Amino acid sequence: MTRIFNLSRRAFLKTSAFVGCGLILGTHIDWTWAEEEAKSQPASLEPNAFIHIAPDETVTIMVNHSEMGQGVYTSLPMLINEELDADWKKIRVESAPVAAVYNHTAFGMQMTGGSTSVWSEYDRLRKVGAAARQMLIAAAAAEWKADEKACHARKGKVFHTSGKSLTYGQLAEKAAALPVPRDVKLKDTPAFKLIGRPTRRLDSPEKVNGAAKFGLDVFLPGMLTAVVARPPTFGAKVKSVDTEKAKSVRGVKDVVQVPSGVAVLASDFWQARTGREALKIEWDMGPNAELSTAGMKEQYAQLSKKPGKAAKKTGDLEAGFASAAKTISAEYTVPYLAHATMEPMNCTVDLRPDSCEIWAGTQFQTVDRNNAAAISGLKPEQVKINTMFLGGGFGRRANPASDFVSEAVHAAKAAKTPVKVIWTREDDTRGGYYRPMWYDSISAGLDKSGNPVAWKHTIVGQSIVAGTPFEKVLLKDGIDHTSVEGAADIPYAIPNILVDLHSPSVGVPVLWWRSVGHSHTAFVVESFIDELAHAAKKDPFEFRKGLLAKHPRHLGVLTLAAEKAGWGRPLPKGMGRGIAVHESFGSYVAQVAEVSVNKNGELRVHRVISAVDCGRTVNPQTINAQMESATVFGLSAALHGAITLKDGMVEQSNFHDYPILRLNEMPKVIVHIVKSKEKPGGIGEPGVPPIGPAVANAVFSVLGVRVRQLPMKPETILEAAKGT
Amino acid sequence: MISLEINGKQHSVDVEPDVPLLWVIREHLRLTGTKFGCGIGMCGSCTVHVDGKAERSCQIPVGQAQGKKITTIEEVGSTPAGAAVQKAWVIEDVPQCGYCQSGQIMAAAALLSRTPKPTDAEIDDNLSGNLCRCGTYQRIRNAVQTASRTMRKGGKP
Repeated sequence: MTRIFNLSRRAFLKTSAFVGCGLILGTHIDWTWAEEEAKSQPASLEPNAFIHIAPDETVTIMVNHSEMGQGVYTSLPMLINEELDADWKKIRVESAPVAAVYNHTAFGMQMTGGSTSVWSEYDRLRKVGAAARQMLIAAAAAEWKADEKACHARKGKVFHTSGKSLTYGQLAEKAAALPVPRDVKLKDTPAFKLIGRPTRRLDSPEKVNGAAKFGLDVFLPGMLTAVVARPPTFGAKVKSVDTEKAKSVRGVKDVVQVPSGVAVLASDFWQARTGREALKIEWDMGPNAELSTAGMKEQYAQLSKKPGKAAKKTGDLEAGFASAAKTISAEYTVPYLAHATMEPMNCTVDLRPDSCEIWAGTQFQTVDRNNAAAISGLKPEQVKINTMFLGGGFGRRANPASDFVSEAVHAAKAAKTPVKVIWTREDDTRGGYYRPMWYDSISAGLDKSGNPVAWKHTIVGQSIVAGTPFEKVLLKDGIDHTSVEGAADIPYAIPNILVDLHSPSVGVPVLWWRSVGHSHTAFVVESFIDELAHAAKKDPFEFRKGLLAKHPRHLGVLTLAAEKAGWGRPLPKGMGRGIAVHESFGSYVAQVAEVSVNKNGELRVHRVISAVDCGRTVNPQTINAQMESATVFGLSAALHGAITLKDGMVEQSNFHDYPILRLNEMPKVIVHIVKSKEKPGGIGEPGVPPIGPAVANAVFSVLGVRVRQLPMKPETILEAAKGT
Repeated sequence: MISLEINGKQHSVDVEPDVPLLWVIREHLRLTGTKFGCGIGMCGSCTVHVDGKAERSCQIPVGQAQGKKITTIEEVGSTPAGAAVQKAWVIEDVPQCGYCQSGQIMAAAALLSRTPKPTDAEIDDNLSGNLCRCGTYQRIRNAVQTASRTMRKGGKP
């Protein structure tokens, strides 16, 4: 493989047009070590950071974002190749190692999350591709002793006006020796051949024949497999452990204590698992042994009656309510949710005196590397991370504590041997890091004409960022931005608003879960707006429309979804329609759900019509796929998902009691993409928030029953019907 | 010693007969395309063919797999149904994270080899045991129909 590029650090920084304008976080996460690392970088980078061209014309793109299903191993190479003009059929993808050059252009660390991959690389990777093309053209011109202006590149070759040509593979070595152009000229949008064109995934062939390698598929010579007995309650500690029986299990080689519990190491998984069953552990159940979600809900309900920290305050709330002809109040609750990635957590570590090599499906390379360095006592540059395919991420594999990586490093350190730690599904379901449980108390006032004049929304739930290194940036004046996103910035024209927040400290580990705060706030806001519409005796679509005049992109998707769904046209008896619209991660999504409910409270979602405006599109195929995916993910939560605690212990363990949507429940999903010239927004998450409320609103339209609690299990719907 | 016939080859492995077939396939034979998802037969990620039928390898003690013909995702492409399904999966752009897709493909190939022209209800019945957290279900349904058409046209999509 000939390495051809040697872009200077300055050239890279210059291309990072998005630095400092984080779209979702509204800020640049400057971790101290990230800055130090940037300072310690040499003036020029490793050659070939993103593009390798081999003599056989294979073009390998080093992708710096993790592939967890969202399609970055296709969309990011598309950005490069739009400008590089290599033969798309020759493109291959490798995961990038950890290095500053691969840092997220907005966040200053290597990571994947927040639906940011495409927009954050939109300029940088095109410039990388364009610089490469210019260098290949320059190399050809030098070879021919011709003017560069007489040369052009197309499909992996440089052509001269005389008709002669050289391939990229032939030119790569010479191009490598040339200086990186200071100014690269990017194509004008109308000239795009690849960006905006539906393009099939590059990773499908290896994902249909078993060849794709996930973290769980890593095997090292001499490696042992570990399963860990973790605390039954959050924060419990090992009081005493009797390892004798476990050590006598066939294949068990060692039992070691790690901060997260007791690791049993064996020649294979089954032996390790059998060994773990033979452990006798006495636990000190710790401070959270009494926790129950029922109790927490009561506590949260009490809190919601008290004023919290104001996250948004406009107008005069009291005057607003005083002027109202009608006041409506409601309480909403949503439960803890597990990410339930299909591939359970796992990590493989080869720890040596002067190196630590890690194989994992991770979204948080820089964080994991630094945590591994701290545990192993090595320098960050002595830690190598191999990013495998992720069998789902959804935020679970972006953990500030690197839990599943840190634990494996501890196990390797204690056992002094290469180790793969495998989590069972039960470990995964009970191992913490959930979408927080939320309790919302909300009220609004309508004037005589049915216009909302006051809106008060009190939110109660744990902060995700409190106690993590993200706290410094994301927790401002006691408000965790992720707790109120989608609530403190409602688009509806309401003159008097107060959104306040309580962030109780509870010992349950919480984490971002696909669409983060929006997964909860959209349900509350879009359900309650629907309540207001009905209270005002207005059509829910028209009611929203009337309040969104200043938000053309909300209005655009709302109107498109309603039109395409045939809003207002009669449905067969027993069926109802619901609508919801929500902006998140720089994109706008409206959904219309068509549902039926039988007398047992069993809900069926038949059809979901979505409209999405995510700005300029890169791969419409991915946009469709992510909208379908987000709809299913949101439906799993809306219909089935709940993690509950009793006596400090998680009551669920596997897919029988933490069900996710199955194929026979899959509605027909139709996606409409708005044509837009706006800058690209995110697409992995924005389809999740509106589906829950769209379905709940549809349930109301068919039954006249308002469901204010998720998941919408039959018993929940029947219970709500009693109260209506 | 346990003797197994997997993908047309004979293997003998030194494991206890109660070890689930899944872990023998993955860790001893290193055929890692077959995935571990739940360990209780609820997700279908570990689906293999046992004498042509789709089965959950996490629920089969390896001792009971002796004397049976086992096919995994690595070899299913050598059957007409398996090849058609793999091709359709690429055409319809089915995979996302891809972790469950080995199991989905094994389930779909078993269905099509038995029922070359399945109804939508038959697809739902046969594939609803295979979970996909990325939610590729709509594409799975389409791809099964595409594969069915391919098979009926003699393998050409």
